[in-house]
Amino acid sequence: MTRHRKLVLPALTTAILLIATGCTSDDDTANEPPNELVLMTHDSFALSEGTLEQFTEDTGIAVTVLKSGDAGTMLSQAILTKDNPIADVIFGVDNTFLSRALAEGVFAEHESSSLADVHAGLIADPRVTPIDFGDVCVNYDRAAFTDSPPPASLLDLTKPEYRNMLVVQDPASSSPGLAFLLATIGTFGDDGEYTWRDYWEDLSQNGVLVASGWTEAYQGAFTAGGGGGDRPIVVSYASSPAVGVYFTDPPPREAPTASLLEGCFRQVEYAGVVAGTGHEDAAGLLVDHLLSVPVQEDIPLNMFVYPANAQAEIPEVFTSFSPVPGSPVELPVDTIEQNRERWIDEWTDILR
Amino acid sequence: MDRRVDRHPPLTASRLGGFAVMAVPLLFLGYFFVYPLLTVLATGFTTDGALDFGPLQTIFKRSALVNVAWFTLWQAVASTVLTLLIALPAANVMARYDFPGKRFVRAAIVVPFVLPTVVVGSAFLAVLGPTGPLRVDLRQTVWAILIAHVFFNYAIVVRTVGTYWERIDPQLLEAAQMLGGNRLAVFRKVTYPLLRPAIASAASLVFLFTFTSFGIILILGGLRHATIEVEIWRQATGLVNFEVAAALAFLQIVGISTILVLYSRYQERRAVQFTPRPAADAIRPATPLQRWHVISNLTVMAILLGGPLLILVERSFRSESGYSLAAYSSLGEPIGGLAVAPTAAMLNSVRFAVAATVLAVGIGLAAATVIAYRRGWIGRGFDALLMLPLGTSAVTLGFGFLLALDQPIDLRTSIWLIPVAHALVAMPFVVRTSVPVLRSVKHHLREAAATLGATPQQVWREVDLPMVTRAALIGAGFAFAVSLGEFGATSFLALPTNPTLPTAIFRLLGRPGTSSFTYAMALSTILMIGTAAAVIAIERLRTDTVGDF
Repeated sequence: MTRHRKLVLPALTTAILLIATGCTSDDDTANEPPNELVLMTHDSFALSEGTLEQFTEDTGIAVTVLKSGDAGTMLSQAILTKDNPIADVIFGVDNTFLSRALAEGVFAEHESSSLADVHAGLIADPRVTPIDFGDVCVNYDRAAFTDSPPPASLLDLTKPEYRNMLVVQDPASSSPGLAFLLATIGTFGDDGEYTWRDYWEDLSQNGVLVASGWTEAYQGAFTAGGGGGDRPIVVSYASSPAVGVYFTDPPPREAPTASLLEGCFRQVEYAGVVAGTGHEDAAGLLVDHLLSVPVQEDIPLNMFVYPANAQAEIPEVFTSFSPVPGSPVELPVDTIEQNRERWIDEWTDILR
Repeated sequence: MDRRVDRHPPLTASRLGGFAVMAVPLLFLGYFFVYPLLTVLATGFTTDGALDFGPLQTIFKRSALVNVAWFTLWQAVASTVLTLLIALPAANVMARYDFPGKRFVRAAIVVPFVLPTVVVGSAFLAVLGPTGPLRVDLRQTVWAILIAHVFFNYAIVVRTVGTYWERIDPQLLEAAQMLGGNRLAVFRKVTYPLLRPAIASAASLVFLFTFTSFGIILILGGLRHATIEVEIWRQATGLVNFEVAAALAFLQIVGISTILVLYSRYQERRAVQFTPRPAADAIRPATPLQRWHVISNLTVMAILLGGPLLILVERSFRSESGYSLAAYSSLGEPIGGLAVAPTAAMLNSVRFAVAATVLAVGIGLAAATVIAYRRGWIGRGFDALLMLPLGTSAVTLGFGFLLALDQPIDLRTSIWLIPVAHALVAMPFVVRTSVPVLRSVKHHLREAAATLGATPQQVWREVDLPMVTRAALIGAGFAFAVSLGEFGATSFLALPTNPTLPTAIFRLLGRPGTSSFTYAMALSTILMIGTAAAVIAIERLRTDTVGDF
């Protein structure tokens, strides 16, 4: 056994440093306004510089943003840490998982001051405030349908002329994938003569490709994505055509892709005050800030979804290239919660 | 003087050092690995305050999950064997021959290792898809997975085995040949037994990596192929079903531990001591056979590793109107919706990688010393414990951090968890490259030094350190790469936003628009070049005295 001090000292020092610098003191009490609030969100969260800083200017409270993987990962983390929360506000739980978050007691009640301005139908529970919504719809590459018509309904996708054209996402690993599964369940029903299961059997027969996530589907398999795939129809968002135009240089005059506005599922993202944070009042102010018009108007071009606040103006690129679906498929959050796991299991059995 | 002091050797600095060599890795692994892991398992197996192993039974009742376990095992074995077959000849080339650009090749083969799987996955989809050069659709087949695994793990075998191979004296082999052995017999009877520890070392790393394969399986495997790792992730984050996730994590750890213990028993029994020679004198290939050997292996590297990488580079220059440098011209400015300039993201990546490498090399060398010199269960246990993080699901460990590290200081959202998590994955590389070299040092070399009056520290510094430096630097190169590629638990932590190069790439790939895609490819290209440059720089650090013993 050798004894090597040279190696040990730096290692020990590093270890001590590690522990020392990781230390943060957090002794604020409930009613005193804190110096800092922690906002936990998913990795698709983005706002322009200055939007959260404005909150700090108005209230004197700094905001630290914690990002934590995708929406599902974030919810798991929120549940695992609910007894000793790591955040004061959580943003990004959507209606497909909302009931689970509520049942686990992650959120505390809070009534936002601008709740009256929120679009009808988005409000779900007094514990959470709707911040934005996006519609998951079938998108297609317009270049592939110059000679033949693009699909006009979900049922069209089972027809032979659209064979081997569609790529979807795995609902067990992808949030748009789950939303699209729910769209088919809402459209065809869980029981009856032709159920969503029959529909997926037909899609399977018609050569549907399943990708693990949005990026793999859109950028890997979709013909109009960056990776030059071979599938001209993809599950994406109603806003994707507009966003595609916005992030193409120079922007084309016509969007190269389009959304099928039938059979869309509306995802609503919520923010809420974390139960047991100790800073309920200040956290409520931050939730209100997220629903305020300046932040709401900043959301579309950063997160590619629509603001929940009806007073917020929508950027022109959205209004000209991405119409909002008129009557998206709706499923009550409790129905989703009660059946989600069974539906995903059944779907997996059909497609595997 | 107290009697107690008389009975024990005095507590000198060197004794303290010896104690610390063992204590530092133990404390590090204990607090940042074992404790979070046990916490997360305990939470998963607890229902209403009582232990409940019901979820484990659920697994064995569900045939789909049993299939997942079986697939995980056999694809890992197949990937490991395939990688060894393809990479061992290249390890020989790198060890024995000198050719122009060798240093570059040795560094460049690490590049696949760091690239985000989503990026490489898209390149593989292009190559293996129906529109690729092969004109066969291998997507969602086992072949796609195996080929991608060879692509990612090739460097592990070439570099780990190559470093060891170049220390075997060719005269030994020539002597064996003169004594009448044909090439095959010499390899089987002389070279292979000497190489065995290094091959086993590399194989164990490849096995662990492929056993816990995640991104590749998700992207290339489709629904029909899932590893335990993928299934844990699906259960924990897609279905928010912690019970089944914990049961699967338990199964994964038990499996990996069993294999690791078996491995280290084998490894210890098989270690052969020999007199290593200076590593410098590789030869230029002279005979036609030698030239063919070198050229054919370089061709394999060019096609297998270079092909997919070149596709990425080519894509970074695409634009609406032919090729352009557009994606590279504005790297200093924040890209829309990214809120950070790519250059700043790069700086973040490098900072974390440096911290992770220092941790991994410091603690890893201490651990390697213990493993190499402590025979019996201490060394073996240490070895297995150290390798475990590589075989543990990233979701499990990430959630473990969140559950466990709130006391005594709340570290759950500390930015320091990034280098710590990376170091956990990187340490095995430092250990795996160092232990075989340390073990091969003949005892009598150390004894001779000690007889000549050297203190234990001097023996370490003058005998062991020069020999292990080179191996440790090879390990450090991997550690740096592991951190740049953001392996492991960091994706499952909730951390203050500190955008790194891979996160910027993910974000760009996560939205429509051709500019976003081109930008993502440009950043990937920069990540590749940066990695190769960093690995070359790290390996240049080795002092010229290495091997002068």
